[in-house]
Amino acid sequence: MEQLIQQIASGLANGAIYACVALALVMIYVSTDHINFAQGEMAMFSAYISWQLMSWGMSFWVAFVLTVLISFAMGVLIERLILRPLHNAPVLSIIVVFIGLLAIFNSMAGAFWSYLIKEFPSPFPKSSFGIGGVIGPHQLGVVVVTLIVLGMLFVFFRYTPLGLAMRAAAQNPQMARLVGVRVDWMLALGWGLAASVGAVAGIMVAHIVYLEPNMMGGILLYAFASALVGGISNPAGAVAGGFIVGILENMVAYAGNQIEKATGIYIIGNGEKLTVALIIVIFVLTVKPAGLFGRVVVKRV
Amino acid sequence: MAALLEVMGLKAFYGQTQSLYDVGFEIPTGGITTLLGANGAGKTTTLRAICNMVRTDGTIRFDGKNIRGMATEEIVRHRIAHVPEGRGTFTTLTVDENLRIAAYTRKDKQAVKDELERVFTYFPRLKERIQQQAGTLSGGEQQMLAIARALMLNPRLMLLDEPSFGLAPLIVLEIFRILRRINEEEKVSILLVEQNAALALDLATHAYVLETGRVVMSGPSDVVKNDENVRKSYLGY
Repeated sequence: MEQLIQQIASGLANGAIYACVALALVMIYVSTDHINFAQGEMAMFSAYISWQLMSWGMSFWVAFVLTVLISFAMGVLIERLILRPLHNAPVLSIIVVFIGLLAIFNSMAGAFWSYLIKEFPSPFPKSSFGIGGVIGPHQLGVVVVTLIVLGMLFVFFRYTPLGLAMRAAAQNPQMARLVGVRVDWMLALGWGLAASVGAVAGIMVAHIVYLEPNMMGGILLYAFASALVGGISNPAGAVAGGFIVGILENMVAYAGNQIEKATGIYIIGNGEKLTVALIIVIFVLTVKPAGLFGRVVVKRV
Repeated sequence: MAALLEVMGLKAFYGQTQSLYDVGFEIPTGGITTLLGANGAGKTTTLRAICNMVRTDGTIRFDGKNIRGMATEEIVRHRIAHVPEGRGTFTTLTVDENLRIAAYTRKDKQAVKDELERVFTYFPRLKERIQQQAGTLSGGEQQMLAIARALMLNPRLMLLDEPSFGLAPLIVLEIFRILRRINEEEKVSILLVEQNAALALDLATHAYVLETGRVVMSGPSDVVKNDENVRKSYLGY
């Protein structure tokens, strides 16, 4: 029983990371209809930036805030300089650009900081944080930080004029222009926010998976799964999807372990977690393409 | 009376296709002008051209200043409000958000609040539905919301694209009564595109008739109303 609770708790921590990356994907998707394949590598790059800042002597949280701001600027610049000129390009060109960005960030990180695996500190004190036997200090910290970030985003989008303008621009760009919203800038801001949320995920997960240029590869797949489970066009759904996928993958591994313990037959375990995520993707796409919380878009033709 | 909007030699293109050839008209300050014409004559395109939502050539002068080629969002800041065809509301936003987004460019919070109250005097029904999602409103209410939102931009000129489209006759009459009040009480000049020519000619002081991207006739509404061709083609008697 204690093991089960531990598994759920660590699922929550993983889920928080997936939720952040999934939310970043959805934020760009709802305003541009594109999936940013480079989201994971951008988050990885942000984690390296914060590592660099810390190695220059900054404390964790100063580096954290600074990295989030730098990532924001990076997101805005990528939209303005690389994607803006392509806004009338066919979808395939844009996908190629995303894949190009993925490769560029990956090899830049390798070139700047080498491919050697680095340790990444956790800011949460071992002694006073965490709940003994249930959830470790870093895991609890990840969940708390994620919830704070999500809360801030919710308040921003729901209650500020700028958040309202961004939602309007995403929902109906042409109409938004007609009420004076500078839609192009809203898209760039959306990219900035997505990059910032990704940075939070990257910094939080780096302590768990260790810092290296390929650290976000698997996580991006989980984030895709989360976004699809929640409904790719629904930000709240993506967050819920992140937690669902996080807990589900641990439950599957846990069940596999239990079966092995009882019968001695190995069916499924920790090694198959990613497989489970991919099965979720395929299952959702075939059975419920709009996701659990997504809406089916009916087009009149 | 000086012209608020002057359009001369206006051409418009969708990609390679030219859909306006030579459109010219004037809107007097404080007046209501209507554009009539069959489907495909270029009425909607003319409105879209004024707001730079299609590629254009020619002259569009607003209050003496050439606005052709300005970005749509800048034209809006010159206080031209466009109510597009097909109930242009943000369906996933609430009524309140739909109205507040129009005041997004304005700094003076108290003025916006007062404006909201004034807009509700024209559309009391929207006030009852203020927290409802726009997509759940009836067709007539959505059209009212679109007009109310345009009013929140504090416009000098309102462009209306087929406000009667798909609505019950009683609702249409109500909306047209409100439009007349807006014109008289708020001193908003109106450019109205309408399929329902009889209704449009009753409301407007001036009318222009478009045919395949050109103005073929114009004059005071009474004159246009009694023109035999217009009567046969658009009024049906």
